Amino acid sequence: MMQIRNLCYHYKGCPEVLKDVSFDIEPGKFLAILGNNGAGKSTLLKCFDHILRPDSGEVILDGENLLTMSHRDVAKRVAFVSQSVPDTQMTVHDVVMLGRRPYMQWSFTEKDHGIVHDAMDRLGIDGMRGRFLSQLSGGEKQKVMLARALAQQPKALLLDEPTSALDIQNQYQVLRMVRDICHDDRMVAVVVIHDLNLALRFCDRFLLMKEGQVYGCGDHSILDGPALKEIYGVDARIVEIEDRRMVLVEE
Amino acid sequence: MDSIRSKLEDKGIDQAYRRNKVKSIGFLIFLTGLLVSTILLSLCSGAYDTPIGELVRGIFGLSSDRRIDLVVQNIRLPRICTAILAGGGLGLAGCILQAVLRNPLASASTLGVSQGATFGAAFAIVVLGMGGTTGFGIPSCAFLGSIAVALVILGLSRSRQVSPEGIVLAGVAISSMFTGATTLIQYFADEVELSALVFWTFGDLGSTGWEDLGGMAIVVAVLSGYCVFHRWDYNALLSGEETAISLGIDVKRLILTNMLLCCLTSSVIVSNVGLVSFIGLVAPHIVRMVVGNDHVYLIPGSILGGATLLLLGDLFARTVISPVILPIGAITSFLGGPLFLYLLFKGGKRG
Repeated sequence: MMQIRNLCYHYKGCPEVLKDVSFDIEPGKFLAILGNNGAGKSTLLKCFDHILRPDSGEVILDGENLLTMSHRDVAKRVAFVSQSVPDTQMTVHDVVMLGRRPYMQWSFTEKDHGIVHDAMDRLGIDGMRGRFLSQLSGGEKQKVMLARALAQQPKALLLDEPTSALDIQNQYQVLRMVRDICHDDRMVAVVVIHDLNLALRFCDRFLLMKEGQVYGCGDHSILDGPALKEIYGVDARIVEIEDRRMVLVEE
Repeated sequence: MDSIRSKLEDKGIDQAYRRNKVKSIGFLIFLTGLLVSTILLSLCSGAYDTPIGELVRGIFGLSSDRRIDLVVQNIRLPRICTAILAGGGLGLAGCILQAVLRNPLASASTLGVSQGATFGAAFAIVVLGMGGTTGFGIPSCAFLGSIAVALVILGLSRSRQVSPEGIVLAGVAISSMFTGATTLIQYFADEVELSALVFWTFGDLGSTGWEDLGGMAIVVAVLSGYCVFHRWDYNALLSGEETAISLGIDVKRLILTNMLLCCLTSSVIVSNVGLVSFIGLVAPHIVRMVVGNDHVYLIPGSILGGATLLLLGDLFARTVISPVILPIGAITSFLGGPLFLYLLFKGGKRG
């Protein structure tokens, strides 16, 4: 269970980006944070993981407040996949190995190698472990990043626009993998995403943000015409086709 | 059938991964071999023509001639050790600065630390009139000068507004400022002071005795130990600051500690041996071309590469028009410049 309580944040010299944000996520649920550009979605995600330090509030994961923990202790509980994928001359194996960094003492153990191997196996990238990250396609890189996050053995998985640079096949593949991991391991998974159709297809919970505040949080029923009008400023409605929900935007 | 094929593929993949590791380790072994042979060559070259066996025995004071013991122990060995420590330290400092500032141009000489030392030396020689003196006067002032630059850079890196890339630009500005200040001091210097100052900026590996080596050895050892322990942190930092934080690294503290250690190491080295540029810039780049960005190999590689480069430069400086010993600082810049240009254009094509 992840509970966010009264989170406030402002960037230096700017007005508040997050204003008293509170909500809960149950384990095994895949949550999408939705909202316009500048609504504070990515900022909120980064506040969970010590990348940004909130001015006030609490982020509680299974009864422990993440904000008072050390970086290393947070990294054992929360994994973050950032929007930008690095382009380094490191092998896939070594990049995934970085996920064991929070647990490392002097060097990596056999157990670490086993966990890394399992993580790569699970995402189907075991075949690339000798290749350099810079030689991979966007979709493959994103899977490497996911494997690294899995190697952290987190209780919560945070993803900042993981599909924005991917083709449609990889968008579906990556999100399906995240959803399966989230459901199978009963992990909390949170994704910041712009594509509403993808969010409706894969996510179980939706957090709607507007100007740094929570507009609503719940299952797909909260995503209706008025809500879309309010948070995105467009006339849109949700239609059901063959049991799938889709967004139709009016011109 | 499928499983057999996938097993075969697995083996191929493992081989590709292993080949990579073997290549990196092989390169480190090659560098070690190169360093050892350069040490032996350096031991041999000099005014005394002595068989190598005698020289090696001379290291332990066991040669047949007392004079060989003395030459080896008091002249050639301190020189070699100075070159190894200074070269290794500058190479490592360059490698780490490039990692934490995430800029391939970072090194002690491009950040202005070396220029700060030159200014300190110029101040000591001209303003304080220490030109004729030996001992700790000039090195101490040089150290103060480089530490002053290091503090400015550290101050900048603490500030939120200055990005790591901006620090390198600031370093360029600071180094030109100190170069200008040094020129101004030179303008008011008399001939004797001027020659003392110019001689200092040449760089000299021969003026350090065993007692100076101790200080250098300690800072280089501390830096090496720290860096080897944190080798995976630099790898994480390559994936960007946000990712590094999410992997449990206190990035701010890491950058600050590393800047402090690297600036300290470089300033101790520069104040002992004078202005030796380009080693810190070139050595990590050469190693990176072979082993990639994995700091597990890059850190020892940069130490070995830097030591070998400086020792080779010194060997070249001593033997090319023997018995004249050319200034090491000029040699490293002269030979390092074209090498750097080569890397720059090769890198440009790749980017």
